Amino acid sequence: MDDMMFLTFLATLVGAAWRLATPLIFASIGEVFSERAGVLNIGLEGTMLVGAFCGFATAFATGSILLGLLAGVGGGMLFGLVFAFFTITIKADQIVVGAALNLLGMGLTAFVFRTYYVSTGKGIEIAQPIHIPWLSDLPFLGEAFFRQNLIVYSTILVAILATLVLYRTSFGLTLRAVGEHPKAVDVAGRNVAAYRYAAVMVGTGLAGLGGAFLTLGHSNQFVEGITSGRGFIALAVVVFARWSPIGAFFVSLLFGLFYALQLMLQAQASIVVPYQVLQALPYLMTIVTLVVVRGKGAAPSKLGQPYEMR
Amino acid sequence: MEQVNQGVRENVYPQAAQALYRTLSQAAISAVTPIAAVLVALAFGAALLWLNGFNGTDVVTVMIFGSFQDARSVAEILLKATPLILIGAGLCVAFRCSIWNIGAEGQLYVGAIAATFVGTSIDGLSVWVHAPLVMLAGALAGAAWAGIAGYLKVRFQASEIVTTIMLNYIAIILTSYLVTGPMKDASAAYPQSARLVREAWTPRIVSDMRLHIGILVAVVLAVALYIFLQRSSRGFALRVVGLNPHAARYAGMDVRRNVMIAICISGALAGLAGAFEVAGVTHRLYQNISPGYGFEGIAVALLASNNPLAAIISGGLFATLRSGSEVLQITSQVPQVLVLVIQGMVILSVVAFAKFRDILRIAA
Repeated sequence: MDDMMFLTFLATLVGAAWRLATPLIFASIGEVFSERAGVLNIGLEGTMLVGAFCGFATAFATGSILLGLLAGVGGGMLFGLVFAFFTITIKADQIVVGAALNLLGMGLTAFVFRTYYVSTGKGIEIAQPIHIPWLSDLPFLGEAFFRQNLIVYSTILVAILATLVLYRTSFGLTLRAVGEHPKAVDVAGRNVAAYRYAAVMVGTGLAGLGGAFLTLGHSNQFVEGITSGRGFIALAVVVFARWSPIGAFFVSLLFGLFYALQLMLQAQASIVVPYQVLQALPYLMTIVTLVVVRGKGAAPSKLGQPYEMR
Repeated sequence: MEQVNQGVRENVYPQAAQALYRTLSQAAISAVTPIAAVLVALAFGAALLWLNGFNGTDVVTVMIFGSFQDARSVAEILLKATPLILIGAGLCVAFRCSIWNIGAEGQLYVGAIAATFVGTSIDGLSVWVHAPLVMLAGALAGAAWAGIAGYLKVRFQASEIVTTIMLNYIAIILTSYLVTGPMKDASAAYPQSARLVREAWTPRIVSDMRLHIGILVAVVLAVALYIFLQRSSRGFALRVVGLNPHAARYAGMDVRRNVMIAICISGALAGLAGAFEVAGVTHRLYQNISPGYGFEGIAVALLASNNPLAAIISGGLFATLRSGSEVLQITSQVPQVLVLVIQGMVILSVVAFAKFRDILRIAA
């Protein structure tokens, strides 16, 4: 590869990385909220699937991407409500409930998809990259940063907003306290369960949005298991990001880079490694991430524990 | 003398009867929750069918009873129950130790790979040596694959939930690589391995049915794991670590060692399940050797309240549902993924009922 080709490759790579990171950014920032309040939601994968399907079905029926995205968020939150009810109200084990919701998400979406949509084989109109005058036409930089659709750009907004809410509002402060010392919050007269419900709703709503991006902004079809582990990878992203929304944004970008590398290297005929090695890259890197970022120092101290009022 | 004997007899029999009565009533009480959970899940499945224009009662008539037609269909259920009982019983051990091994699916695949390797690369052994060797290879590979996640947990505090799931994907991709590349049967168009030599096949119970002795191995191992957990000091240590690792450490138990043992046991059984799928059912390695047995095993263990003995029953139940869903797909075009929904609902109902039982117990 000469220099020009390499630069073009790099620009395309960065552009693709951001696009492929988008579902992870939404899901992991959402999970930061949920885990900061002490709720570990391993049902993210199922939640994202529900979001992906609701988004697809709504856009299929109405032709509107915006309605599709809203349906994705709504579907995710509805699923989150079930999770919250079982883990916060009934105080059941968060991991067990999460595992159940993953099965339900996979099963329900595949069931309805096979019943109504699979035979149609039709896709939907997806969000198109927007052309920003001058910026999109820049050599290399345009390709890398300024030829995305609005959903991809909105990840920056979500990351900033999440940081402001979490660190600059009384809601965010209380939410973090709920994950560290729920009793203090309780004694101060705030409702621990309500904050946890809110955190789970934010988390699953964003996970639903991340799922909806897959069908509305990336592929134009719903496929069974379209999330292919992104919900689980988001859990690792949160650990790597040390439970910070901005961190989650950048760590997701790193994973987006692995996804993009995998896709682009597969297309290169000159690469000799079997394509499966590249396919396994995001999963391998997730494990490496958990090993490199050692310890749980930054984890909310009550993560995974139901709060018992005394 | 006569009177004394009489007295003894009067004392002994009522006591024995009372003990039996107590055991039975306890068993009945602990069976109420899972039965109620299954009923709720089936009702949900029926509602889902009805809402989507299918016949709701099919859930009972076809999914439960539809697959009990003759000896052959029962044998097919037992064939499906084999990996579910193995994986479910193994996961009981891990879950009792509070190790969330979600990676049984990957451990099954790795077990299948190892079994295929041993079953295709060696020739000329007696069936008495080769068949057990294949099982051993599967179990060891599964244990090793699970051991990776265990090691990363005890050494680097890497969450086993995430690592085992990632190892699932890697194992499945590895299988796909092997059957399209190094292990591919050169003469076949479809990606598959060479056929295992006959001596490596798991012996069948009846020669004209696919059911193999794996079901017997599964039941024996489930009973053995129950005894291990309840009666051995190592089993006790595993349970203590699961309940309270700090207390276990104060009591001088090696937490890391127990974690490794628990996760490796569950991996070994999943690997063995993979070996049986290859050596007992397909006789070749394929890309999709498991229809999700590894994930279904989680539901099997949870429905059994992490009791390996009860996993035999819950494994049989899930195998019945899986067989029934196949019948349902053929007879009424109901998507077979309905089983996933029912599995998920079973888990949710189990936790809900367990909580209500606790509340009732406290109230009483």
